[in-house]
Amino acid sequence: MSLLELHAVGKRFGGIVANQEVSFQVDTGQIVGLIGPNGAGKTTAFNCVAGYYAPSAGVITLAGKTISGLPPEACARAGVGRTFQVARTFTSMTAAENVLAAALLHHKRVATAREQAARWLAFVGLERLAERPAGSLTISEQRRMAVARALATQPKVLLMDEVMAGLNPTEVREMVAVVLRIRQLGIACLIVEHVLEGIMPIADRIVVLDRGIKIAEGTPAEISSDAAVISAYLGDE
Amino acid sequence: MTAEILLQTLASGVLIGLIYALVAIGLTMIFGVMDIVNFAHGEFMMLGMYASFWMFALFALDPMLTLPLTVLMLFAFGVVLYKLVIRRITNAPMVSQIFTTFGLMILLRGVAQFFWRPDFRSIENSWVSGTVKLGAFQLGRPQLVAGAGAIVVTLAVYFFLHRTKWGAALEATAADKEAAQLMGIDSHKMFALAWGIGAACAGAAGGLLSTFFPIFPEVGANFILIAFVVVNLGGFGSVAGAFWAGILVGVIEVMGGLLLGPEYKMAVVLVVFLAVLMFRPQGLLGKS
Amino acid sequence: MNGKSSTLALGSAAALLVAIALPFVIGDASRLNLLILVLMAAQLGVAWNLIGGYAGQVSLGHAAFYGIGAYTSTLLLLKFGINPWLGMFAGGVIAALLSLAFGWSCFRLKGHYFAMATIAVAEIVQIVFTNWDYGGAAVGLTIPMTHDGWAWMVFPDKRPYYWIALGLLVLTLAATAIVERCHVGYYLRALKDEPDAARSIGIDITRYKQIALSLSAFFTALGGSFYAQKELYIDPGSVLSTALSIKMALVSILGGIGTLFGPVVGAVVLTTIEELTRAGFGGSGRGTDTIIYAALIIAIAVFYPGGLIGGYRAWAGRRSSRRTARGYEPQAAVHGEAHARDEALR
Repeated sequence: MSLLELHAVGKRFGGIVANQEVSFQVDTGQIVGLIGPNGAGKTTAFNCVAGYYAPSAGVITLAGKTISGLPPEACARAGVGRTFQVARTFTSMTAAENVLAAALLHHKRVATAREQAARWLAFVGLERLAERPAGSLTISEQRRMAVARALATQPKVLLMDEVMAGLNPTEVREMVAVVLRIRQLGIACLIVEHVLEGIMPIADRIVVLDRGIKIAEGTPAEISSDAAVISAYLGDE
Repeated sequence: MTAEILLQTLASGVLIGLIYALVAIGLTMIFGVMDIVNFAHGEFMMLGMYASFWMFALFALDPMLTLPLTVLMLFAFGVVLYKLVIRRITNAPMVSQIFTTFGLMILLRGVAQFFWRPDFRSIENSWVSGTVKLGAFQLGRPQLVAGAGAIVVTLAVYFFLHRTKWGAALEATAADKEAAQLMGIDSHKMFALAWGIGAACAGAAGGLLSTFFPIFPEVGANFILIAFVVVNLGGFGSVAGAFWAGILVGVIEVMGGLLLGPEYKMAVVLVVFLAVLMFRPQGLLGKS
Repeated sequence: MNGKSSTLALGSAAALLVAIALPFVIGDASRLNLLILVLMAAQLGVAWNLIGGYAGQVSLGHAAFYGIGAYTSTLLLLKFGINPWLGMFAGGVIAALLSLAFGWSCFRLKGHYFAMATIAVAEIVQIVFTNWDYGGAAVGLTIPMTHDGWAWMVFPDKRPYYWIALGLLVLTLAATAIVERCHVGYYLRALKDEPDAARSIGIDITRYKQIALSLSAFFTALGGSFYAQKELYIDPGSVLSTALSIKMALVSILGGIGTLFGPVVGAVVLTTIEELTRAGFGGSGRGTDTIIYAALIIAIAVFYPGGLIGGYRAWAGRRSSRRTARGYEPQAAVHGEAHARDEALR
């Protein structure tokens, strides 16, 4: 059943068209990969879903409710969780406190939120780093902590922006394992990724953007043999 | 209120506005190049005034004569201040930046008061003293000369920024520091240059003002606030913007004084400031 | 964690008992007055810290709230005979309401611009009060000593003032501690560190900054009312000046911005320095104390942005391998682009 729906979403900045007529959906418990060459408008689409931009055209709905045009904090409350390309860790807090801050959305009592935070940190395998200053974690650890933080807001859909970029193969495998565990919880995942070896094996469907428009959509197998996709990437990679 | 009084007030507003513009140009340059608000900027102006005063009082040298020297001294002072203090906080948290320049403001005022006492000084009988009659108007000659001087210095700065290699480097650093560095432009040299020019502009304004404005340690206080307003109205980092906004603020100030009374002059300017901050933070002349 | 906070609680309780007992031990009125000044400076610093430290919005115009508190309670007393305790509360409420208007219009401004806006507002308030005849204009207002005692917050002796000042400080500290430990505290730290990420976890940034500002305005105004009752005379220069605004911020920054007891430490140090320099150099009108004061501000801003407490923690952290996590970390709040650059290079 469809959870997150983008209907003909467009976004322009002055004369620049970043997204045009982008439509796709993410169903409950699905992993959808959003790929495309640089400048394709993937992060713009993300920012529209998460409320950082209001789309210039089109509508975005989550579980039937329109969320396009809502500010980020309202989107979070509606069930959109996200990570950022650059980790954006709360460096004045420990890893546990970072996740705690997110858990407060649904558990205003600090004691309860703290328990929830511990749970989510364990979920991503970071329980032994809970009391460390968040800024002292490695990039890979900070990425996983960011995922735990987003999960603590109890999202319906989790947007992950290039979580595997710059990771070594072991770290990529760790992150893939986390994403699979998230799917098991029934949370839908929309993942922007350049590291194709990470996303292709686990995605249920792939959406391909190029220069702001959707050029292909299908299973990973279909996409990897799609002529339009291959030519879009050949110019780039 | 007769048309004459109105026009007379307008003229005086334009003239003082030109001085505000000159002070603000220095401030906006520093902000444009390195994103730091110099709360001590009024003190550069104050030091320029005192430099002018002491050269007059001790060596009987007219402020118009010593103006270039004042400008050079303040330029050097600005560069030294950058190297000793500001350089350390270019990447510091904003609180540190605010309080460093704020601290400098208090320090410079305190030092001025320590050495030269809080008494008001003034320069009498300089070359430009007296008034000038232009038809029905009477304008102070020092004010006229100051206004003209402000225009000259502004043109010089504008020329420097747009026609010289150093100026281009400065603009490049202001636009994108990292990109400029990749092109071989040393950011720290540019920052020092910006501080030097900024201080020099304020110092020039001080030298021009010294012929008719009272000189005392706290004189920078109202000017810094007005300079903020001008910089904000003109768009942070825009020299041309600061120029026109300065004139506008000068006019607003004197008109406010005319309509509501001199006690409220500052309040009028500040209310306009807040309104612009709230509704058009990029300034009247800035881009979104 | 538990051991540390119970030691802190015990230490605070002990310090409080000592503080309450002090007036019985110290007979000298001028010494007692000095302590009252420390308490007042500390209370104002703690109040400022709520918005300047925890929420990260530097205000350089807080004297506006102080003055509003002072003038509200004094005018209510002089013109309507309203009891100063009630007047003090009313002043706090009015200041908090005014802060709503200010926050709504100015929170979207970035750091430096926000600071400038606060200076502008405080200046406007000072100009208005200087020219408002009903409020005494430049001449000011005097509170006659017709009633005295606890009911009317006027005392011939200094000691009750000491206890009230202490009470106000404890109240403000308690409010800060509660904020720090509840969800508001976490939200403030989050929005100060990374506003975009804070929004992504559901934090309405403007709302929480406003909570911090309103609380800060409320408590600052209480301090203003207390000042009026103690000095029995107020005028724009004494309760609305920029120098006051700077001091409120400085006390926090000196002691440790964003920490609970930082402003208290800062107040002790600052007041001591002021007294020493006044005794040693001041009175000649040469302004030497100002120079030392300013040099101190610059030194702290450049070398110890975490203040005395931050410096102590860094030193303690280097001695033991235990890392400190709470409170303001200077390397955290680095300019956006540099932060991203460091991230990419790590």
